[in-house]
Amino acid sequence: MANFNRRRVLRGMLNGGAVTVALPLLNCFLNGNGNALASGAPMPVRFGNWFWGCGMNARIFTPAKFGANFEFPEESAPLTKVKKHLNMFSNYNAYRDGAPNLCHYSGWVIIKTGQAPESRTDRPASTIDTLVARQIGRTTRFPLLTATATGSANTSFSYENGTPNPAEWSPLNFYTRLFGPEFQNPNAATFTPSPRVMARKSVLSGVMEQTKSLMAEVGAEDKVRLDQYFSGLRGLERQFDLQLTKPTPIAACVPEKAPKDPQTGMPSELVAERHDLMTQLMVMAVACDQTRVFNMAYSEAQAATIKVGYEKPHHTTTHEEPVDDKLQYQPVVSWFTLRAMEKMADFVEAFTKIKEGDGTLLDNCLIYCTSESGLARIHSNDGIPIFTAGRAGGRMKTGLHFDGKGTSHGKIGYTVMRLMGLDVKSFGTKSNEASSPIGEIVA
Amino acid sequence: MRLVRGMAALAISVALTSCAQPSSDHAAAVTPNAVMSSGAMKEPEGDSLRRLRLLTSDQYINTLAYIFGDDVKVDANFAPLPRTEGLLVVGASKAGITESQVEQYQRVAAAVSALAVDRRHRDFIVGCAPADAKGADAVCAAKFLSAVGRLLYRRPLSDALLKEAVDNAGETAVRLKDFYAGLQLALEGMLLSPRVLLVADTAEPDPMNPGRQRLDAYSLASRLSLFLWNAAPDDALLKAAESGALQTEKGRTLAVDRMLASPRLEAGVRAFFDDMFGFDQFTALAKDPMIYPAFTGKMAADAREQTLRTVVDQLIVKKKDYRDLYTTRETFLSPMLGAFYGVPASTWVPYEAPAGDPRVGLLTQVSFLALHSHPGRSSPTLRGKALRELLLCQPVPSPPANVDFSALENPDPRIKTQRARLELHRTNPVCAGCHKITDPIGLALEHFDGSGQYRETEKGAPIDASGALDNRQFTDTVGLGQSLHDSPALSSCLVKRVYSYATGSTMSADDRTTLEYLDTRFAAQGYRLPALLRSIALGDAFVTIRNVPPPAAKTASLSAP
Repeated sequence: MANFNRRRVLRGMLNGGAVTVALPLLNCFLNGNGNALASGAPMPVRFGNWFWGCGMNARIFTPAKFGANFEFPEESAPLTKVKKHLNMFSNYNAYRDGAPNLCHYSGWVIIKTGQAPESRTDRPASTIDTLVARQIGRTTRFPLLTATATGSANTSFSYENGTPNPAEWSPLNFYTRLFGPEFQNPNAATFTPSPRVMARKSVLSGVMEQTKSLMAEVGAEDKVRLDQYFSGLRGLERQFDLQLTKPTPIAACVPEKAPKDPQTGMPSELVAERHDLMTQLMVMAVACDQTRVFNMAYSEAQAATIKVGYEKPHHTTTHEEPVDDKLQYQPVVSWFTLRAMEKMADFVEAFTKIKEGDGTLLDNCLIYCTSESGLARIHSNDGIPIFTAGRAGGRMKTGLHFDGKGTSHGKIGYTVMRLMGLDVKSFGTKSNEASSPIGEIVA
Repeated sequence: MRLVRGMAALAISVALTSCAQPSSDHAAAVTPNAVMSSGAMKEPEGDSLRRLRLLTSDQYINTLAYIFGDDVKVDANFAPLPRTEGLLVVGASKAGITESQVEQYQRVAAAVSALAVDRRHRDFIVGCAPADAKGADAVCAAKFLSAVGRLLYRRPLSDALLKEAVDNAGETAVRLKDFYAGLQLALEGMLLSPRVLLVADTAEPDPMNPGRQRLDAYSLASRLSLFLWNAAPDDALLKAAESGALQTEKGRTLAVDRMLASPRLEAGVRAFFDDMFGFDQFTALAKDPMIYPAFTGKMAADAREQTLRTVVDQLIVKKKDYRDLYTTRETFLSPMLGAFYGVPASTWVPYEAPAGDPRVGLLTQVSFLALHSHPGRSSPTLRGKALRELLLCQPVPSPPANVDFSALENPDPRIKTQRARLELHRTNPVCAGCHKITDPIGLALEHFDGSGQYRETEKGAPIDASGALDNRQFTDTVGLGQSLHDSPALSSCLVKRVYSYATGSTMSADDRTTLEYLDTRFAAQGYRLPALLRSIALGDAFVTIRNVPPPAAKTASLSAP
C-alpha cells in the first residue's frame, strides 16, 4: 500500500469511475497529512470556509464559459486577481425535498449539512467544518476557529451537535485568544514546560469525573449535552498536553502586535476593516499551526452591511430595490456583492503571502466559499454560488469553472470532505445525497 | 386543596395559524369581569419540567460579583443561546456545548481565579492566611474552598469534592511553591465543573403528595434565585435549604419575600425584561452614520438603559400596573438622550413628558423604535411585528419565499411616506394577509424615524399616524399605547413569559391551567409585577416536577461506511 503514489491512484481511479473504488484505498492517500509537495516534506492540509450573505445575480456574476478559459464578469470581477487559485461551481441547487423554504436559512444549512431544515428552530446538527475538525483538528491547539467581520458573535455558520460555535467578533479578543499569554511561540529560543499547566491538567481529571457522575443523574437528552461537555474537557486536556510539548519551529509564524478594535457599525468600510484584521489574525493562526480548520463570515445570511448614505442594508435592498430598466439588474445590490467579492479575493490572497514548503500556505489549504442564496431578491436556493480556493496540498486542481447542470450542492460537499480525508461513503440526504466526488477536480 | 375553586370564565381565543387571525399563542385571555370575581381563587394542581440549564453569561457574572465583590469582573461572553419561544433563558435548557465553549469557560475561569487571589484581593476574599505562603495549608485552603464552593455549587460540597479541591490546592502549592497559586488552580477547577456551569434540577419524592416529585431544597433555592435575582443563591437562602425551612410553606414565604425585598431583585427584573424585549439585538444594532449621525453606539446603550430604568422604576420602585408601562409619561434621560429629546440632562435624571407630547410609553422610547427599524429608515412592519411577537406573544409568519418583492417597489419619487409605500403591500393579496396585522400598528409610530427621533414630516410630506390594533382604531401614538394597555393579550403574554422564564421551559398544554390561574390572579392583583413574581415563586407548579418520558436524541445526517 505504501508504494502507491496518491496522485497516480486518484487519476486512475477517477478515469475509471470514482464510485467503485474501495474506501480504504482512497483513505490511505487522502487521510491526514498531505504528501503531495514536490519537496516530499509532509505538510498538513487545512480546511477553511468563507461565507457571504445574499448571493449574487447570475446574469452579471457567472462566467459565460465553463472549464479553464473563463473570465469573471462585472459582479465577480474582483476575484480575477486570485482566479488561478479558485474553482467556481455554478448551476448547483440546494434541494428542500418538501421542507419549507426558510428564507436565508435553508440554503446554507443544506450546503453545509446536506439536509434541509424543517423549521428555523431545527438547527444544523454538524456542519462540514466541524466534521472535518474531528478528523484533522485533534493535533492543534484549537480544533477549529470561527471569526466574523460583522462584530457579532452570533454570525456563525459552524455548528457542532446542533450548537453554534460562537464567532470571534473582536480582533483584539481574537488576538488575545491566539497570541496572548497562553501562546507558545514555536520559534522561542528555549522551552520549559509550565508547572502551572501541569497542575491545570491534574485538576482537569477531577472535573471529568464530576461530569461523568452528573451524567448518571440526568435524562437521555441531557446526557448527550454532558457528553459534549466531556468532549470539550478532552479538548482542553489535549491543549494542555500540547502546551507541555516542545513545539516544532515554524519560520512563517511571526505574529504581529495586538490590533485595535474598529468602532462598531455596519458600513461596508468598517466591515472591510474588521475583515482585514480578522483575516491577518486567521492567516497567522493557521501559519503558526494553532488550528487546521478555520471559518470566516463576511456577513450574516441576511447581510446587514450598509452603503453609507443609502437607507437600506444589503438584505433589505435585495428585496426592495427596483430592477434598473437599462441595466436589467439592481445596481445597489450589485454594489454590495462587489464589496463582498473584494473581501473574498483579499482573504484568499492573504494565504498566498505566507511561504510554506515550495509554495504558499494557500497551496496547502482548501477554502470553501459559499453564500446562502442564488438570486436573493426571490430567496432562490437554485444556483447558490460556491468556490473553492487553494490546492489542498496538491490534491485539487484549480482555475476551473464547473457546470452543475442542476445537480445538488451535496456533490461539492462530498468532494470537499473526501479531499480533506474524511472516511465517509456519502453526504447529505434525499436529493442532496452524494456518494461520489467530482472527478475532474481531483489532481 | 389543589382543586380549582371559583375559577373565572376565561375568554379562550383560537391559536394563530395564519395571518388572518392574530391571537395569543397560549390562547388564554382574561376578561375584566373574571378579574373582579377571582380574588379567592386557589392554585390548581400544576407542575413544571426538570431542567439542566446552562448558566447565562449574566448569571455567571452576577454570581461571581456577589461572592467575590464587584472588583472581580471579567469579560464572560459565553456562546449565544438559541432564543426559544421568545426567551434566551429557555434556550439555556436545550443548548448544547461545543469544545470552543468549554475552552472559553476555562479561559474565564483562569482569569477569575487569578483575580480573586491576587495581592489586591486575597486578604479580603480568602479570609484566612496560610502558615507559610510558599507551601500548602490544608486548613486555610479548606476554609476558603468550602465556603466558596458552597456558593458556586449552590449546595454544600460533599466531603469527596472538598477533599479533591483541597488536594488540588495543596499539590499545586507545593509544585509552584505558592499557597495562593494552589488556591487559584483549585478555584479554577471548581469554575470549570459542570455542576457549577450547569444548573441540574434534582428531584425527590414529595412527602405531602405521595406519588409526585418535587425539587429538592437546593434545587428550589437555585430556581428561585435564578428567577428573582438572575444569580446563584446567597448564604441565607442556602441556609434555608439546609435547615429544611425552604420546603415549608412558612419558610418558603419568608425566603421569597426577603428575595423580593432585596436590592438583587433589580438585577433579576432587568434580566427578564432585557430577555423578553430582545435587547440582545442591541449588540448588533447599527445605524447608517450618514443618515442618523446622532445615533452612536453610546446612544444605543443609553436607549437600552433608559427602558430598563423605566421598567424598574415603574414596576418595582413604584409598584405600578404593568400595562401602564405603555402609557406612562415618566422615564429617565441621560445627557445623550437629553440632547435627542431636546431636554438638557447633565447626568441620568428622571423626566416626565409634558401633556400633549407624543412620547408616551415604552413604544415611543428609542430602544423600541430604533431596534425595530432599518439602518436608514423606519419600518412600520418591523415595529408592528415586534409589538405582536414580543409584547402580545403572537407570532407573525415570515414573508413567503419565492416572491419578487421588488415588483411591489415603486420608484415613483412622488411616493414619499412609508404609509404610501406600504399601501402597495396591502393591496397585494399575497402580502396583505400578514401586513394588515403589523402595519396598522407600526404606522402609528411613524412620527419617529429609524433612529427614534421625532419628525413632523417624511420627505416633506405630512405624516398620518392613525392606525389600528385589532379592531381598535386610533389617530396617534397615545392611542396606540392605550389600545395596547387595554389589550387582554398584553398581560397574559407577560404572565406566560415570566412563568416560562421562571421554570426555564417552553409552555405546553400541560401548563395551560397554571397559566390561566396566574393570568386571573395577576389581574386580580392589579397587574403588579412583584405580586406575579410572588405567585409564581410560591406556587406548587414551580416546585412540583412533571413526569415525562425522555424524548429521542437528535442524530446527524452523515452516514459512515
